[in-house]
Amino acid sequence: MKSLFTILLISIGCHGLANTIRVGDLEQIHSLRQGIKLSKDGDTVLLGKGVYKEGNIIIDKAICLLGVNGPVLDGDYKYEILTLTGKNIVIRGIYFVNAGYSSMNDYAAIKIIDATGITIENNTISNASFAIHIANSTHSLVRSNTITGTNRSEHSSGNGIHLWKCSNMLIENNSIGGHRDGIYLEFVSQSTIKKNRSEKNIRYGLHFMFSPDNAYLNNTFRNNGAGVAVMYSKKVTMTGNHFEQNWGPSAYGILLKDITDSHIQHNTFFKNTVAIHMEGSSRIEIQKNIFKENGWAVKVQSSCDDNSFHHNNFYGNSFDLATNGTMMLNRFYNNYWDKYEGYDINRDGIGDVPYHPVSMYSMIVEQNPYTLMLFRSFTVQLIDKAEKAIPGLTPEKLMDEKPMMKPLKL
Amino acid sequence: MIRIEHISKRFKKLQALNNISARFDRGQVISLIGPNSSGKTTLIKSILGMIKPNSGKIFVEEQLIDGDPSYRRDIGYMPQIGRYPDNMKIGQLFKMLQHIRNMDESKLDKSLIHQFGLEKIFEKPMRTLSGGTRQKVSAAIAFLFNPSILILDEPTAGLDPLAAEILKEKILEEKKKNKLILITSHILSDLDDLTTHVMYMQEGKMQFFKDIETLQEETGELRLGKAIARIMKGEQFSNDWIGKMIQAKKNDKKPL
Amino acid sequence: MMKLSKYVLYDILRSKIILAYTIFLFIVSLSMLQMEDNSSKAMLSLLNIVLIVLPLVSLVFTTIHYYNSYEFIELMSSQPMSRTRILLSEFAGVSISLLSAFFIGIGIPVLLYAANDTGFALLFTGGALTLVFTSIAFFASVSARDKARGIGFALLLWFYFALIYDGLVLLILFSFSDYPLEKLTLLLSALNPIDLGRIFIMLKMDVSALMGYTGALYKDFFGSGSGILFTTGIMLLWIILPLWAAIRKFNKKDL
Repeated sequence: MKSLFTILLISIGCHGLANTIRVGDLEQIHSLRQGIKLSKDGDTVLLGKGVYKEGNIIIDKAICLLGVNGPVLDGDYKYEILTLTGKNIVIRGIYFVNAGYSSMNDYAAIKIIDATGITIENNTISNASFAIHIANSTHSLVRSNTITGTNRSEHSSGNGIHLWKCSNMLIENNSIGGHRDGIYLEFVSQSTIKKNRSEKNIRYGLHFMFSPDNAYLNNTFRNNGAGVAVMYSKKVTMTGNHFEQNWGPSAYGILLKDITDSHIQHNTFFKNTVAIHMEGSSRIEIQKNIFKENGWAVKVQSSCDDNSFHHNNFYGNSFDLATNGTMMLNRFYNNYWDKYEGYDINRDGIGDVPYHPVSMYSMIVEQNPYTLMLFRSFTVQLIDKAEKAIPGLTPEKLMDEKPMMKPLKL
Repeated sequence: MIRIEHISKRFKKLQALNNISARFDRGQVISLIGPNSSGKTTLIKSILGMIKPNSGKIFVEEQLIDGDPSYRRDIGYMPQIGRYPDNMKIGQLFKMLQHIRNMDESKLDKSLIHQFGLEKIFEKPMRTLSGGTRQKVSAAIAFLFNPSILILDEPTAGLDPLAAEILKEKILEEKKKNKLILITSHILSDLDDLTTHVMYMQEGKMQFFKDIETLQEETGELRLGKAIARIMKGEQFSNDWIGKMIQAKKNDKKPL
Repeated sequence: MMKLSKYVLYDILRSKIILAYTIFLFIVSLSMLQMEDNSSKAMLSLLNIVLIVLPLVSLVFTTIHYYNSYEFIELMSSQPMSRTRILLSEFAGVSISLLSAFFIGIGIPVLLYAANDTGFALLFTGGALTLVFTSIAFFASVSARDKARGIGFALLLWFYFALIYDGLVLLILFSFSDYPLEKLTLLLSALNPIDLGRIFIMLKMDVSALMGYTGALYKDFFGSGSGILFTTGIMLLWIILPLWAAIRKFNKKDL
């Protein structure tokens, strides 16, 4: 929250007492480069309508660069368009097109290095390799930008919003698509990512690693090549996000790898091949989520321990839970499972017999994926029923001892 | 009208027909006789195409029977035991047959329906009928389409004497129209005055096929039915028994 | 041919069995769709009916009908009527009545409560399986010598297609799990109409799961336009081939 205040103060700063420099076809200054050269700390540069092809422009002064009537900065497929460094810089209302691509450097439409107090707002970036690339920066805001990539291959494309070694950042209300990863974070901490839409990216909608203490709120990750992958981080909070239609042989609503001490709450997982895949993760609180019509709602590898799943609703999933071992060190309680067939004699809303979410057949499929062809066949149903009656191969302790009779109101 | 060339039929162990050849012509009334399971019905069903012989050929009106079912237009068939869809009513049965045969109402021969009084029971379902009534229905169907060939399998078995007499009259009437009539029976007495030819079968073989004049000439005043009944009773099984008998009779001219 | 089928149909309708079957399907599917609070669970139960009950009823009903109409067939074969025509009329009569039972009994409730992709896939599969197993039942009845053997043969076939076949597939898939089996699984699914129908429904019902692993293969193959053609084509073959074999046998048969 502290960072938010800082940012607010900065944005107000733009309309202070400083000078205003106008750049445009009808103005005295035609070139943006010229305009920026003339500006001093605290000045505002108003960029009028038009297409500006001026190569790479570097801003290292605390100025506000504001687009008026949608000016276009064109990188001509060769240049990084804007490079920002320093502090208290605002970029707002500008179209960035055709930023350059290089296999040597990470060219971006907007690159921010060693900076603080930067605001990137209401811009539209299309056809860039990296759209917004931020390195070694703090206390900055990226808000309400529209970012569209051109769906090149995974290798030739960059990330939509790329953060490296940052802290106290706010990424809000952006819409990102067509990049390699929609939002990418590495060594980022104390930051908030909220209300973003990340869709149809080549690889991940959200991808982070080594990034502790961040919050992901109310974002939507939809139809990304491999869903969302988060790795090697602690104290992650994910609340109110939507993970939808991430389909593919290795696509996940969310892939958790070595994530610990985190909270995943009130999220919706809808129509993903695997809604949550966990490996090497511990002490995660997964509660009050909705798992609907996923292939596998949860896949827990046996390397996970001490996680708890409770008060979640599971419906219409092909498989509720799959695991690769017989040991189970995680807890399941008070979830609603639509496949539960128990009864509730004392009418307290909690089923009197435990629910075993791992079916025999899901173990078979785990061992031999080809057997998926037999899914829902009479033979498989008989096998499952037999195993339920006399459990032998499914992890016996893996059960929800207090399954809910009715879906929870979430 | 019907020409049979060397047909044989084997059911597992039983040789039902053994190299039979014959020729039946217009105006003939042929009594096909022989003991039970001598192959009479098999022969008839082969002519109708319901049984497929292992070898040999059958021609009806010079047309080889294989595949094309149209030759059956000329045949009226009365089975030994008439079996009909249980749920169907008599009236519906006639209507259905007329419908699928698609013949002009005027060309139909409904005389037996009238004479047997079947209209009165048109609303009865087939499953409720007695054996005799079923036979009446079968007979009425056989004559209904005015066919030029009539094949009647044990026609009078199970009929009351009155009905049998009506049927006999009907056969006689049709005989006068120069039709081919093929009748099987294991007794001859009730129909032998209609018969022009006798074909005798035993164990799938045709023992003889002669016209009645020749037979009578050869056997004198012999009541044929009696003689044949004796053959069937098993007094003699030698193939040339009849020949011998005829020979003997020619010699001493004594009735049997 | 429709002339004869009309009488076959008339005969079937009078026996009331088909009516009872229709009402049974209607009540079961309606109560499932109404009672379950989520329709995917109801669809699952309907899937079982379509994959298990429908083939069984088609097989048994057709076989019993064939033997019950033996007299009719006999009568017709003494008329100027080809054997092919007789059997095809029987097939048409039986399949029309079974199909109408299915489309009224399950089709109407599904259209009312679950008129979605899964619902339509279910109806397509149900219709196809009804025809396939009617055709197979004709083959079984024509092949068997008497009613008891015929029904026994039909039940055996049902047992094979509904249960044993999948067990064998499971065995094969595990025995050869070290080899790439994509093509084989496609082939195996085409060799059993029930499996083919099931996969066709699964493409709609479990599309998320099917996108994982080898499932993507099914999605790519069966989900594409040519895949739908393939499914329809194989189903047609499953209808035509047994019927053709039945006609061949029937034409050579002594009645």
